[in-house]
Amino acid sequence: MYVADSRAGSPKLSTSLEQGGPPSATASADGAARPCAGRRLTAVAPTVLALGAVSLITDVSSEMVTAVLPLYLVTGLGLSPLGFGLLDGVYNGFSALVRLAGGHLADRGGGRHKWVAGLGYGISALCKPLLLVAHTLTPIGLVLAADRTGKGLRTAPRDALISLSSTPETRGRAFGVHRAMDTAGALLGPLVAFLILRATVDGYDAVFTVSFCVAVTGVLVLVLFVPGGRAHSPAAGDGPRPTLRAALALLHRRDLRRLTVCALLLGLATVSDSFVYLLLQRRLGVPDRWFALLPLGTAAAFLLLAMPLGRLADKVGRWRIFLAGHAALLLAYALLLTSWHAAALPYAVLALHGGFYAATDGVLMAAASDSVPEELRSSGLAVVQTGQALARFACSLGFGAVWTVWGDRTALTASAVALAVCAAFSLTTLRPKGTA
Amino acid sequence: MTVRTRILVLLSALLVLAGVGTASVLHASARAERRDQAQAGGPRITSGKVTLTQPGRMVFRNMAWGPHRDELTTVPASDPSGPRTASGVKCLRFYAAAGTGVCLQAVHGPVSDTYRALILDASLHIRAHYDVPGIPSRARVSPSGHYAAWTAFVGGDSYAGTDFSTRAAIVDIRTGALTPSLEAYRIVKDGRTYHASDVNFWGVTFASDDRTFYATLATKGTTYLVRGDLRARTVTTLHPNVECPSLSPDGTRIAYKKRVKGLPKDAPWHLYVLDLRTMRETPLAESRSVDDQAVWRDEHTVVYALPGDFGADLYQVPADGTGAPRRIDSAAVSPAFVGGTGPAS
Repeated sequence: MYVADSRAGSPKLSTSLEQGGPPSATASADGAARPCAGRRLTAVAPTVLALGAVSLITDVSSEMVTAVLPLYLVTGLGLSPLGFGLLDGVYNGFSALVRLAGGHLADRGGGRHKWVAGLGYGISALCKPLLLVAHTLTPIGLVLAADRTGKGLRTAPRDALISLSSTPETRGRAFGVHRAMDTAGALLGPLVAFLILRATVDGYDAVFTVSFCVAVTGVLVLVLFVPGGRAHSPAAGDGPRPTLRAALALLHRRDLRRLTVCALLLGLATVSDSFVYLLLQRRLGVPDRWFALLPLGTAAAFLLLAMPLGRLADKVGRWRIFLAGHAALLLAYALLLTSWHAAALPYAVLALHGGFYAATDGVLMAAASDSVPEELRSSGLAVVQTGQALARFACSLGFGAVWTVWGDRTALTASAVALAVCAAFSLTTLRPKGTA
Repeated sequence: MTVRTRILVLLSALLVLAGVGTASVLHASARAERRDQAQAGGPRITSGKVTLTQPGRMVFRNMAWGPHRDELTTVPASDPSGPRTASGVKCLRFYAAAGTGVCLQAVHGPVSDTYRALILDASLHIRAHYDVPGIPSRARVSPSGHYAAWTAFVGGDSYAGTDFSTRAAIVDIRTGALTPSLEAYRIVKDGRTYHASDVNFWGVTFASDDRTFYATLATKGTTYLVRGDLRARTVTTLHPNVECPSLSPDGTRIAYKKRVKGLPKDAPWHLYVLDLRTMRETPLAESRSVDDQAVWRDEHTVVYALPGDFGADLYQVPADGTGAPRRIDSAAVSPAFVGGTGPAS
């Protein structure tokens, strides 16, 4: 059913895919060599587009709130939000566990991906009006925790739906399209929020209300346009039953275990975004007032590169692009470590940082999908994501500690060395069975 | 459901949601218009000349609804609830001393707001301006008028971002030399140089010698009172659990907010005064949680803001722990007693 859906890809999208694609010389050469070049017209399944739209709309909604939250706490409520961030780590750990639960729930009972994802989107939507009534830090913290629970719950089933609705050969580009749409929403959100604040005075209630309406729209698009259920392939009966044990037993599969171990090791050497921006600012002297704009640079590069790199991953092998992404990150670390100060350096670092996300975020999910049976797709993806997220969290704790004791330069040097070692290890581990 | 039905369902839901969204924006912008009209029973405000050297005056940010909302406004210090004179200069935070003012201001850009600090002369003309990296929270000028400091909240850029930090800046007004972040200073804690990536500074207050200042340092979940040295570029920790210090005019005591155990997490502060010679803490007779950097009206009285009907109201309380808090003005924040610290004589 999903394969059939994917054949009905709209020509209009294919056009935009062509424009965003890799250099045309390689594309056409490769396309000619492929037995079914016509399949390129069916680049992305409608389900992927629908899920991309849901993510875009939801990210507009959530980033609207994120963008105005500091302003709201400080100028709207007159709170001193310091110390609030301490809870952040707890949320992150919790969110990783929720992700596992979401993945498992979605697989049980024959693939309830759509409904578990819908529950996650729904919880996050309901959090927006709650912000209107929460006026002190503790309830606001609880609302944000609930919002993250929703995010954790929906991520794995959504990624499972994306992978189940695309053919193995086009999975990279499907995830690329989805991540690009997702990031576009993240870039639009703050813009909408500030336009509302511009039109009003202290219009935080309007921002939260509009954010709620947008989130509900996202849920509706999911409910109405994303097919429910799951593809029932003939092999469905042969796979392991979707129990929690079966999900963990997935790690007995050699290819998935390799991928998870590599993602985990590389995650341990991946410095969190806020440290990257802080280092950029300190080492390269980015003016203070541009600080808030740095994440936009990463997002823009992610947006532009997600689709072409996903497509490239389908052609040259996902593990290659995944490792190339980490090479880009290593280069970004190296640039931050050099004493060479050029005006273009911050742009280069941000482009590499965004490129890293474009080459790894969706590509890892596409690669993991290859090694997980359909019945356990959601749980399997959740295991990989959770492993990676926990590794990155451990990395920020360690990075912060090293920074405190030996300074930022030592911390970054250590991360760069660790990243190089892990990447070299992954290169030898992932290479032999690079099927696609 | 056919595709057609689904599209119809989505479109009708969109109509309803768009209606709700539009209504909320219109409601919020109508409220903005209401705020531009003076409230019945509010203070009388006229525009006029405001200077920072006129004796016996209090200058503050007027928060009363009406055409002069958010403008620097002055009243006689002896009659703070009397008629107000508004200057036309809008500030979020303000302080002044010795004929020098610092005004932290929002600059409305096409996409988002940025902030800047204006250094004002006695007639409120702009002498210099500096970029402020985030939402402004505290402002101070040294008693000599030679130095100014401000604090901004920076952060909130990740998903559901709650990782705030503060940045405190000090500028030498005579030379224009700016220290954008006190984190550039050497921190001496327990006699040793201290390094940590999570250091935050806020709430600078200056002594009259143009060299010493006090501020809050936060690291590892604890706040400290630090004494800073502008020449040696060092800060030394003095006392734990001190936020937003405010040095008395004679330089012997610090009024500050102290995080008190057992209070709600979102309103944890009580006002205290610390004697710098004996390090003895005296709780002041204000039972509510105060989130402000207090101002010394004279040697015996501190003034601070509490949330009020129109943003904030100003209260005063004796600095020795006796007496009771008294509201001196409504719809006002960021007061500075200019042209002499005492009330008009």
